[in-house]
Amino acid sequence: MGFEHDSPLVRDADETNERRPGTPRRGTGFLDEPPTLRTTPSATVGPYLAIGLTWPDGADAVAPGTAGEVWLRGTVRDGNGDVVPDAVVETWQADPDGRFAHPGDPRGSASTPGFRGFGRSATPGGEFAVRTLKPGPVPDGEGGLQAPHVDVSVFARGLLDRVVTRIYFADEAEANAADPVLSALPEDRRRTLVARRTEDGYRLDINLQGDAETVFFAV
Amino acid sequence: MTGTTSRLVLPRYLREEDGHRTPVASDGYRSTALRAPLRTPVDLPHRLTEVTGPVLGEDRVTPGDADLTLRAGGEAQGQRIIVFGRVLDSGGRPVPGALLEIWQANAAGRYRHVVDNWPAPLDPHFDGLGRVVTDSLGRYEFTTIKPGAYPWGNHHNAWRPAHIHFSLFGQAFTQRLVTQMYFPDDPLFGQDPIFNAIPPAARHRAVAGFDLGRTQPDWALAFEWDIVLRGTDQTPFETDDDGDVA
Repeated sequence: MGFEHDSPLVRDADETNERRPGTPRRGTGFLDEPPTLRTTPSATVGPYLAIGLTWPDGADAVAPGTAGEVWLRGTVRDGNGDVVPDAVVETWQADPDGRFAHPGDPRGSASTPGFRGFGRSATPGGEFAVRTLKPGPVPDGEGGLQAPHVDVSVFARGLLDRVVTRIYFADEAEANAADPVLSALPEDRRRTLVARRTEDGYRLDINLQGDAETVFFAV
Repeated sequence: MTGTTSRLVLPRYLREEDGHRTPVASDGYRSTALRAPLRTPVDLPHRLTEVTGPVLGEDRVTPGDADLTLRAGGEAQGQRIIVFGRVLDSGGRPVPGALLEIWQANAAGRYRHVVDNWPAPLDPHFDGLGRVVTDSLGRYEFTTIKPGAYPWGNHHNAWRPAHIHFSLFGQAFTQRLVTQMYFPDDPLFGQDPIFNAIPPAARHRAVAGFDLGRTQPDWALAFEWDIVLRGTDQTPFETDDDGDVA
């Protein structure tokens, strides 16, 4: 693909196997060693998560006033259809060029000024809201493209681990049809991941259970 | 960055075995009944969105965030403790520059939160919030007070064992972890459905160890807790018979 890059995630055919400090790891030369440690088990955030997980600028995946800013909104509901007022929704996404604000992006880190790509929102009244830019398409690593999407984590009392989903965009029908993740889902389940346009951005509700249970992913 | 052909060779973050990871739902924990998804999650292969993640470092931390015992101009009540350890990945490699956010109840078992109203005292000098970033060796350290146990309504006479909530970002979306650290030999473990939702083989990894050597004489006890995030596949590229990168 011939990226201009300095990324630890991309290997040139003649590249050495050294790790750059402070970057995600790739092969380190210990190619045949199995993992040596078991991971720490997750636990619920409980009802008092707001103490630890509140940032004044949490909702701002992009700086306020950035041209093209949109609000991603939605309501989190439980199996009774009741709103979940004590969750935290976190979002992670590429910028409009499809680049991530991360040193591992093979095409260089996102260059959109004020773009963090990460949003964190509490759900007062059940509703999350993240100020962001609509992402661009992202390489799928196999020569194709993924449709514009946002990775989402939901944390709440009653969830012993986070649950992960994605947000796609209804005005990207062509890209959505070609997306490897979305197109692998049954037609009637895809719609649980596709946000519709609103006056100030996009909206997608997250249903933890029920007939319209959101598609959740194992990552 | 010569004329060689670049490939998008992405790390794959290893998934912990079911017998060693906490399931999203557990029968004994009532709140899961209407909240934990009922359908089997769909496998999401790791692509760029999953192997990158927010870069959150010192700019999220202010001086004093690592010491929870000195807030609002005074000293918190309770047993002063140091909680320290390393953040590693499952390959045993340190995770430097990782943001840790912690929150906890005060010495009496009360959270400074609007929905916590059981009759235990609040402490004007304890807000229960800490933040720190791991150093170049993946190490972290907080000074805090030992949180108290507290009752909750899950079942008759239910008490949460003393614990500290930990939230961690590694270097990828896939590594995100929120968990709870417990204290050794807590007599409340046996009746706590949240602790017991952890598979038996993994429970000890949620419990800190007492470390006399790291206590500060005449000042604070010390507990050590290493946190292990998911690591990457050690073979993120394939070679052909000649040993060349495929």
